[in-house]
Amino acid sequence: MNAIAPAGRSLAPFETRLAGLHDSQRKAAAGDLARVGLPGPRIEAWHYTNLRALSAHSFTEPDARFDEQAAHAALEALFPKGSALEKLPRLVLVNGHLAAGLSASAASLPAGVSCLSFASSPEFGTLAAPQRDPLVALNTALASDGVRLSVASGVNAGQIVLVSLALSSSGTVSFHPRHSVALGAEASLTLIEIAAGDDVSDPYFHNPVLTCSVAEKAHFEHVKLQREAGDAIHLATVYADIASHATYESFVLGLGAALARHEVHAGLSGTHAAVHVNGAQLLGDAQVGDITSVIMHGAPDCISRQTVRNVLTDRARAVFQGKVLVERVAQKTDGYQMNQALLLSPGAEIDAKPELEIYADDVRCSHGATVGALDEEQLFYLRSRGIADAHARRILVEAFLIEVTELVQNEAARDFLDGELARALVKRVTTGENLS
Amino acid sequence: MPAVTETREQVEKLGQSSYKWGFETDIEMDFAPKGLNEDTIRLISARKEEPEWLLDWRLAAFRAWQTMTEPTWAKVTYPPIDYQDAHYYAAPKKKPGPKSLEEVDPELLRTYEKLGIPLHEQALLVGVEVPEGEEARLPVAVDAVFDSVSVATTFRKTLSEAGVIFCPISEAVRDHPDLVRKYLGSVVPAGDNFYAALNAAVFTDGSFVFVPKGVRCPMELSTYFRINARNTGQFERTLIIVEDGASVSYLEGCTAPMRDENQLHAAVVELVAMEDAAIKYSTVQNWYPGDENGLGGIYNFVTKRGACRGARAKISWTQVETGSAITWKYPSCILQGEGSVGEFYSVAVTNNHQQADTGTKMIHIGRNTRSTIIAKTISAGQSDSTYRGLVRMMPKASGARNFTQCDSLLIGDRCGAHTVPYIENRNMSARIEHEATTSKISEDQMFYCRQRGLSEEDAVGLIVNGFCKDVLRELPMEFAVEAQKLLQISLEGSVG
Amino acid sequence: MTVVTDIKRKQDLCRDVAETSGVKKMSELLKISGLHASIDADGTPKEILRGVDLVIPPGEVHAIMGPNGCGKSTLSYVLAGREEYEVTAGSVSFIGRDLLAMEPEERAAAGLFLAFQSPVELPGVNNANFLRTAVNAVRRARGETELDAVGFLKAVRAATKNLSMSDDMLKRNVNVGFSGGEKKRNEVLQMTMLQPKLAILDETDSGLDVDALRIVAEGVRNLRSPDFSALVITHHQRLLDYLGPDRIHVMAKGRIVRSGGPELAKQIDVEGYASFLAEAA
Repeated sequence: MNAIAPAGRSLAPFETRLAGLHDSQRKAAAGDLARVGLPGPRIEAWHYTNLRALSAHSFTEPDARFDEQAAHAALEALFPKGSALEKLPRLVLVNGHLAAGLSASAASLPAGVSCLSFASSPEFGTLAAPQRDPLVALNTALASDGVRLSVASGVNAGQIVLVSLALSSSGTVSFHPRHSVALGAEASLTLIEIAAGDDVSDPYFHNPVLTCSVAEKAHFEHVKLQREAGDAIHLATVYADIASHATYESFVLGLGAALARHEVHAGLSGTHAAVHVNGAQLLGDAQVGDITSVIMHGAPDCISRQTVRNVLTDRARAVFQGKVLVERVAQKTDGYQMNQALLLSPGAEIDAKPELEIYADDVRCSHGATVGALDEEQLFYLRSRGIADAHARRILVEAFLIEVTELVQNEAARDFLDGELARALVKRVTTGENLS
Repeated sequence: MPAVTETREQVEKLGQSSYKWGFETDIEMDFAPKGLNEDTIRLISARKEEPEWLLDWRLAAFRAWQTMTEPTWAKVTYPPIDYQDAHYYAAPKKKPGPKSLEEVDPELLRTYEKLGIPLHEQALLVGVEVPEGEEARLPVAVDAVFDSVSVATTFRKTLSEAGVIFCPISEAVRDHPDLVRKYLGSVVPAGDNFYAALNAAVFTDGSFVFVPKGVRCPMELSTYFRINARNTGQFERTLIIVEDGASVSYLEGCTAPMRDENQLHAAVVELVAMEDAAIKYSTVQNWYPGDENGLGGIYNFVTKRGACRGARAKISWTQVETGSAITWKYPSCILQGEGSVGEFYSVAVTNNHQQADTGTKMIHIGRNTRSTIIAKTISAGQSDSTYRGLVRMMPKASGARNFTQCDSLLIGDRCGAHTVPYIENRNMSARIEHEATTSKISEDQMFYCRQRGLSEEDAVGLIVNGFCKDVLRELPMEFAVEAQKLLQISLEGSVG
Repeated sequence: MTVVTDIKRKQDLCRDVAETSGVKKMSELLKISGLHASIDADGTPKEILRGVDLVIPPGEVHAIMGPNGCGKSTLSYVLAGREEYEVTAGSVSFIGRDLLAMEPEERAAAGLFLAFQSPVELPGVNNANFLRTAVNAVRRARGETELDAVGFLKAVRAATKNLSMSDDMLKRNVNVGFSGGEKKRNEVLQMTMLQPKLAILDETDSGLDVDALRIVAEGVRNLRSPDFSALVITHHQRLLDYLGPDRIHVMAKGRIVRSGGPELAKQIDVEGYASFLAEAA
């Protein structure tokens, strides 16, 4: 290429914290970040999602202490008595710090499952490289806590809930948790990750990085709900490595935050591995929600599947970027990707970039994309049966989104997401007025 | 030998084992000195006896270009280009117009013969008078651009009787200054992008077409572009204006001699379609692609854009891209008029070390605008081919529709095929559908054909032709033949 | 069984003609000896043919019957030259030539035709164009003059009429959107036009209704002559009723385990393959 790298965004919002680093790995990451800056609009991967909102603030480190009563109340609201996830083992972070008092003890986790806090034993691993990804670099420089889960070979660890709670703190804060999950051969785990910050009025920035290593024949299902506060910025990055005959199933439901991005890099490194990267977003107001994925087929006979659906009201904007990269060795790759969007109001916008980059000849890869409005004929049919307009719309939108949540294998997680979705629908799809 | 390997080799042969248009014509040329500065531009403008406004327009473009950088987002790589190391003007030495074929430079005639232009048409090409009635048998009017200069335009008389202007753009500047001044740069502004700015500064010739209100152009219009001289860039500029209810079909063919250095081709094409107008623009691009080691070949950096200004206007781009070392090209449509229609049909074949990054932009501005994109990509050898396309629905594009189908075929495991669509929708009633597939020629298909007695080469030709059918059928007959030859195919459509 | 008697008579007539005309009659059009073949299954070779012996003289119709997975289709693919199968032992001669040394298109030119069990679709490839390309490729290889567009159209129209096919099928793309019956008829049309010496019909009768079956069988019967043989792979007695085979071979576990006259087919119809499987074990 003949270009000079375009200058990135200023690091001013994090300047003091980046300047005060001591650890060599963190300093190196800060150096990587300083070289390129935070991604600007000329960076192809950030063409559609503008991070100017980050520049508006100076983000400080949150206080490790928090209001316990508020935390309990928030958790009870998330997991009411008798709800699907109430009884499952739970790990809770508050403003980026692992809260031992709110979390399951090591002893109460299933046998063969170990959980360490990142704060007590920091370990960055090699999957997420700060040199390649400025948001990983930022996380590496500033990560203060997180969970490090590992499941021993052959162990079925069942379901574990990981909650990242934002509570009101002093001023605009940012937290950069670093999580890792490692599954041994033939192990299995369902991780239900929830990012919630319902009552926080100040803007905050949640910048988690999760690395997953899924060994031979292991099965990892990762289900995530993003329900951050209305002024929050949520930029999450997941790096997964999937070994031979292993499966990584990922699902994200995006409902909250002013600006959100869930970015998954899944590398299929062993033969006959499979990855599913699915997701849905229901956005309103002036929300911007971005689901980005890079699926790298690095071995023969692997399968990747991706289904993403977006529903947009008001002036909301959704971004979908999905890249399937098939390396020369990855013969017999089977890749399929579908993204669809419903625009429910004149001010809404969808930008999609499904991308295929293919270097092997014996492959079957395809993608499809559709964008449109609700089907007037269906709407009329419902109304002719006596269902009011707003209700009819809600039924159709719910049907559109539930077709994706159905892809979640774990029943408890699926029920939980459907409940969250139903509540969000009542809020977002009300009368026809804000819609058309 | 396994079938796959053989197949690959057949196809590698098929692409350009013999680039048969790689001859060079030895003609006395008039060159501008190497290099690019304001003096070069003043010289070009003076040679062409241009009015002041055009020189000013060129100089403004040049100044804009100096502040710009080459685009780098395309998936192509090449060593830095030294823009000072080329001639920006090269023309056959001017002599008084020939009276008969005997007086024409025989080398020039031989060139046309090799290009496959029939002899009586050659006579027209070099400006020899043809008896009345002779013209009527010939279906295509030709403008030939040789290096930087349009050498001849045929069928002037028939066309002018219909009210159609078809002439070199340099001549249009002289004879129709108001039209040129009104439309030049109105679709692709002088500072639109790096290559377009360069073209605006140094363009030397190209074709000009004007079809007045209500006129269906009585014949296909065609331009042959040929780069011949060494160390020259070719920067032609084409401007086609079609008024209300009028229509035209325009064909463009390109060749260049084999050279071991790279040559730059940075053209601009602007189309303007008014109410109910229709423009069909077809290209068979066969610039020299370089040899099997990637040496030489044309750098083809082209900006083509059409504006559907009036209601129900229609612009249709069809391209068969088999040549060039590097292709950077996105024929686009600005769909402004209500109910206007944009179409893009493309076949891009790359082989050896060729790189192509090509596609389209469909910008839907008006209500009920429609666009269709059919792109077929075939990669062989060690080549890389990318489809890059933008579909944008603006807020007022209510009821707009787009359908996109991109299919890639890989032949061999050393090439790459990529699909990069950009889909942007800001109108809730607009609908976009996009589909893309990547595959190879299946072994089942190859075996089936061979069991019926077809050689591997014929089988590949047949299957590739079938793969491209939806695009090839959009080409006018005159070009379909050439394109089919280029894709090495046989007798499609003999029944029916 | 008037059909069968008809064929027998025609056949006898043909034989007489052949013998009396003094043409030196080759006793073996196809000879398969000790043929072993395997396919790659996830890195390890899986043997499917385990010593097939079979002789088909010119002018005869033979049938191979056998349970699913016995190797019938593999045999047809190996004979036609499909490259996924590796021949590990044995030999095949066809019109006195080493068939296994020939490319698939050379086998086609030499007169071997395979009617596929499920013919593949060729999107965008016009059916008539395909057929003419194939016919002329084969004619060229046989040293015959190529058919021009007019000659070809005349021949193909005659053939489609015989097979109750509409001209419309010629304008469509090869096998694309064809019903099961249309695909099979298209195979028989190709066979008619390519004039093979040996046609291998791989379950051409599967998925056909009675009328389609009769038309397909008619197509094969029309080709019967001293210079045409057929190897019919089938599960069903009905096609054999129409064709009147000279010999029946039962295949099990990759070998021919029994050969006999037409009565063998009737025995299978009644008893199934159990006893043959026992023989193969």
